[in-house]
Amino acid sequence: MSDTLIQTDRPRVSLREVDAHTRRRRGRSSLARILLSLGMVVAIVPLALILAEVTRRGLPALDWEFLTQIQPGARRDGGGYVHGIIGSAYMVGFATLVSVPVGILAAIYLTEYGRGWLPRIIRFFTDVMTGVPSVFVGLFIYALLVRGAFGFGAIVGAAGLAVLMLPIIVRSSEEMLKLVPEDQRAASIGLGARKWQTIMRVVLPSAAPGLVTGAMLAVARAAGETAVLLLTALGSLQVVSQLQGTPIASLTLLIYRGARQPFPAGQQRAWAGALLLMLIVLVLTLAARFVTARWGNRR
Amino acid sequence: MSITSTSPDRRPDLRPTGSGRWADPLFRAIALAAGVSVLLVLGLMIGSTARDAWPVFEYQGFVSFFTSSEWNAGSSRGEFTGVYGAFAFIYGTLVSSAIAIAIALPLALAISLYINRIAPRRFRQALSYTVELLAAIPSVVYGLWGLLFFSPVVLQPISRVLIGTFGNVPLIGWLFEGPARNVNYFIAGNVLAIMILPIITAIAREVMAQTPEDQIQAAYGMGATDWEVMRRVIVKRSFPGIVGATMLGLGRALGETIAVAMLIGGQQRWGASLFFSGQSMAGHIASTFQDAAPETVDALIAVGVGLFVITVIVNVLARLLVWRIGRVAGDAAL
Repeated sequence: MSDTLIQTDRPRVSLREVDAHTRRRRGRSSLARILLSLGMVVAIVPLALILAEVTRRGLPALDWEFLTQIQPGARRDGGGYVHGIIGSAYMVGFATLVSVPVGILAAIYLTEYGRGWLPRIIRFFTDVMTGVPSVFVGLFIYALLVRGAFGFGAIVGAAGLAVLMLPIIVRSSEEMLKLVPEDQRAASIGLGARKWQTIMRVVLPSAAPGLVTGAMLAVARAAGETAVLLLTALGSLQVVSQLQGTPIASLTLLIYRGARQPFPAGQQRAWAGALLLMLIVLVLTLAARFVTARWGNRR
Repeated sequence: MSITSTSPDRRPDLRPTGSGRWADPLFRAIALAAGVSVLLVLGLMIGSTARDAWPVFEYQGFVSFFTSSEWNAGSSRGEFTGVYGAFAFIYGTLVSSAIAIAIALPLALAISLYINRIAPRRFRQALSYTVELLAAIPSVVYGLWGLLFFSPVVLQPISRVLIGTFGNVPLIGWLFEGPARNVNYFIAGNVLAIMILPIITAIAREVMAQTPEDQIQAAYGMGATDWEVMRRVIVKRSFPGIVGATMLGLGRALGETIAVAMLIGGQQRWGASLFFSGQSMAGHIASTFQDAAPETVDALIAVGVGLFVITVIVNVLARLLVWRIGRVAGDAAL
């Protein structure tokens, strides 16, 4: 093949050899790969910094006394957040009792009965509700319940948390119910079960791990919530056991106030509270992920 | 052919009973009520806050409420005596969110591309979990950490460099006017960026992962480099989803309360500099609610209504964009 059509002065080059333009493109591509990898590193750094710093400053103060004593004056060392722990447990507990059944039932409506325009509207506004600022939910509960008749307290705080949790539970439960194979429903109906029996005894048990996951994520969110409680629970310096009528503390409120005052003793307790809160939330989140992963693989 | 008449061994609890005739409609009604309760809560939310906010809009004037930057809380119980202009807070909300998006969006795109195209396959899941862990950390922990560690140790030195470098540059110098205090728009924006990063990343990553492998391989077949495939195929195709993801992140940034309240500054004024210690809408509500007289609480609710309207518009647009691609599983939990 010596008689080439185009005569050039350049010697013939192999296909492997590339011209300047291609070299530039390849160079740009390598550079992009490096930059994207750097981006990944940059994103991991804050997480590492938060985990490290909260552990470093919180661990020395997170002891038995912290879990069992209330806070002394802001300047004084020692004491703890037991009033906040009790308050948080109260309010998150009640909020869970309300929002989990309602949320799962709403998800059942969407997956098992939902036809036509109403489910689409509910679905859409549930998604929108996940984006409503929590402080606005607090204002809503304040305007509707606190100012109306009830005053500050655990029940109205729980109501606020329940409003925040509801859309999360509806959305995640709906996804999980959708994963239950249609065959199982058909088999149950085929055996003569009624629809409600099918849902209660076949669909729900089959989706149970997934539903628990969604509930755990919602509980984690509620446990870390501050803004709603600022406007509904208000906070307290004492252990409060009344359900309603008395302002009550929460772990998050104590951290919020502790961080903002200038005394090292108070800040120290805030770090310990943050560590405790982070442990609770991360354990819930990781457990939820673990259950989803295990359950997802089995399907 | 003999017909066997033995009934199958059925579970007794699955056997229909007489009660089933009314149990089925009843169950359906309960489920329907639960579904509708979501709409009901949303409706109540809008109704009760609008009712309380309305007199404030009437007293202050709708336009003046959103454009005046004079906020002078009154202390009356039954009537209005203060001056309520929320512009300074609206400005603070917008500036801190803009900073957050400007930082988080490029990073989120980098991470999504890295996880989808560059990371070794067996690390991909672990990397996305790690980034999503950022979403699990409570807002108040971000606030504490930002206030006592991230701002003084990391962001203050960066601020000083930025102010020193750009402070005297004509045209943009006013954005970088110092001195920077420990809490300001820039600090709040940076921490917000970390907080919304997992939201944008999670959705952008899933949207990018839906790019058909055929198109990617076709581009490689034409001789495209890795970067060209990412930019011209994956990002281009995922563009609406990325916009939707960004708006979801923006919605979260606009409404974020506690971390911003702790980091944005606290002055009830606004300043053009990125390093001004101002206040955001949500932050202002959280910071002053406790000491507010009844009339001022109404004004704070009005600020909340303004914030709600802005975030709902952003969220609805975002959902419409993301929904076109299909709902992304699990993003509610973020």
